[in-house]
Amino acid sequence: MLQDILVTGLVNGGVYALLAIGFSLIFGVARIVNIAHTAFYMLAAYCFYALLVKANLGFVLSAVIAVGAVTLVSVVCYRLVIEPVREHEAAVLIATIALALIFQELMLLTFGGHYLGIPSTLEGMVRILGVSIPYQRLLILVVAAAALTLVWFVLYRTRLGLAIRATANDLEVANLMGMNVNRVAMATVAISVALAAVAGVVVAPVFVVDPFMWLAPLVTMLAIVVLGGLGSLKGSLIGALIIGYVEAITVFALPAGAYLKGAVALLIMVAVLLARPEGLFGVAFEEER
Amino acid sequence: MYLLRRGWAELKNEVFVLPSRTLVLAWVVALLALPAVYGDAYVLRILTMTCVFAIFAASWDLLAGYTGQVNFGHALFFGAGAYASALLSLRLGLSPWATIWAGAAVATLVGVFVGYLCLRLRGSYLSLATLAFPLIALGLLFAFPGFSGGELGISGLRRLALTPTANYYIAAVSMLAIVFALRKLADSRFGIVLHAIRDDEVAARASGINTPRYKLAVFAVSAAAAGFAGALLAHYIRIAGPSSLEVALSFQVVIWGIFGGGATIYGPVAAVFLLYPLTEWLGSFRAVGELRLLAFAVIVLLVLLFMPRGLAPWVRDRIETQCPRCKQRNGAWKRLCRLCGAPLQAEVARAQRLVGHQ
Repeated sequence: MLQDILVTGLVNGGVYALLAIGFSLIFGVARIVNIAHTAFYMLAAYCFYALLVKANLGFVLSAVIAVGAVTLVSVVCYRLVIEPVREHEAAVLIATIALALIFQELMLLTFGGHYLGIPSTLEGMVRILGVSIPYQRLLILVVAAAALTLVWFVLYRTRLGLAIRATANDLEVANLMGMNVNRVAMATVAISVALAAVAGVVVAPVFVVDPFMWLAPLVTMLAIVVLGGLGSLKGSLIGALIIGYVEAITVFALPAGAYLKGAVALLIMVAVLLARPEGLFGVAFEEER
Repeated sequence: MYLLRRGWAELKNEVFVLPSRTLVLAWVVALLALPAVYGDAYVLRILTMTCVFAIFAASWDLLAGYTGQVNFGHALFFGAGAYASALLSLRLGLSPWATIWAGAAVATLVGVFVGYLCLRLRGSYLSLATLAFPLIALGLLFAFPGFSGGELGISGLRRLALTPTANYYIAAVSMLAIVFALRKLADSRFGIVLHAIRDDEVAARASGINTPRYKLAVFAVSAAAAGFAGALLAHYIRIAGPSSLEVALSFQVVIWGIFGGGATIYGPVAAVFLLYPLTEWLGSFRAVGELRLLAFAVIVLLVLLFMPRGLAPWVRDRIETQCPRCKQRNGAWKRLCRLCGAPLQAEVARAQRLVGHQ
């Protein structure tokens, strides 16, 4: 059981990290609380399903096209819906909620409400420490690690990454230094949604795909981001692992644990917030005026 | 006769001078007179639900719009009221007339508890943390199905009244009472303090305002109203189910609140009265029935693009102007302020254009 907990926690933590880091990036740069973030994850899973099962395009090609298409959709949505109301925080908030609902309903209309299964990318399993891990879960872990490394590279080793970090630090000063803040925000949206799309694509064969699959990870992701500190990437990563393991422990060790896993994860978030209102790695900002 | 004349004078001088007040009066009269004119049971049912949700949206606005505590888990109070009232009424056999108040009381306690936990949080942290509470409650409900009815909820509650008209009047009158009370509260000294807390909590504290106490009080009042709405709905539809705690309901109230325009009370109420019957009406067509939620989201999105501050402030700016000198509101057709005689904004702008001032 211990090994089960170790492996499940790590795999779920990897997926959560992909989602939470993308959300954190958008929040840090553009101060958008993007409720539609996991809706893009759902969209990517559906796109992958359509390309793979309906169009028979093969795993790699469908995955690449799905991620690309969803990223494109997100940038278009950002330009059409979010950017015109950027100054009004409340309006942005419900615009993202409305977007999520629209995606959910569109998927419900096109594919119906039933669960869709996707065949595994890789069959077979490997035994490590006496636990058999399907290759698919291993793949999730590898892809998550690769994507996170790539994002780290972009953020800390390229000029675009420098601009993103500068904008996250202080939007107005970054603007005064001649950065095109709108362009940077758009690039951030693209990167963060691409991360969510990657998560959606790798997870699709393990979980089932349905139009409401965005709600559960949304709540968990928000808990992680708040736990780690809003806008902090390190916090999101560590928070994701914490929540991943907490969920795994609850499911395996408690009776009726499957019902309680969300509640326990959220309780931990609330407890951390009570002790540290800015999250584990958040910086307590001076009040902006 | 004197009272009648006095009443007419009040009406003419205080209500009819402003188009917004006239609209509110027309709305109240229409609401109360409707069953006499058009007593269709289906329409009454929709409007009863609308009234209940209007209470809910108004209570959210007091918390989020006025005080800036943007609550993403407002359904918790709604659900607490519904479940408390349902359990008391079913297990102890109390009359719904008593348990609705008990539900509101339980919701108040829950509100003070959540408010106490959230005192140190602000901004997005508060929003996202409050999102967690109804889900924790939901997890507990599912984990103990014997007590809470699990996924099916608690059904078979007693009705408040038997006829649709009576039910409608109960909902409509309590809605009017609560909404006007909340509006009165928000317009009072208390409401001004809430505005101050939203705009700058540090400055409010520096001015000698005990902000934690005010925040707790506002959580309590808002939760009480939401719990009342929840209990009312539970007894109307005769079931208290887990759907009263879902994220969807919390998001729904956020949409109503922001769509209508925050910090107005009447904005969210207007939004509920527009959006809820609209979605039900769309759902009644077979062709668009499945598109209901989609249409709802698209409408919200489009309206927001044109009126990012919300519906009610946008409409009010079209039909009324604010006097630049005494800050009183005037009908849009007025050239001089009705109270202090100062030329109004449009007039000032025209004069400046003629003279060529910058």
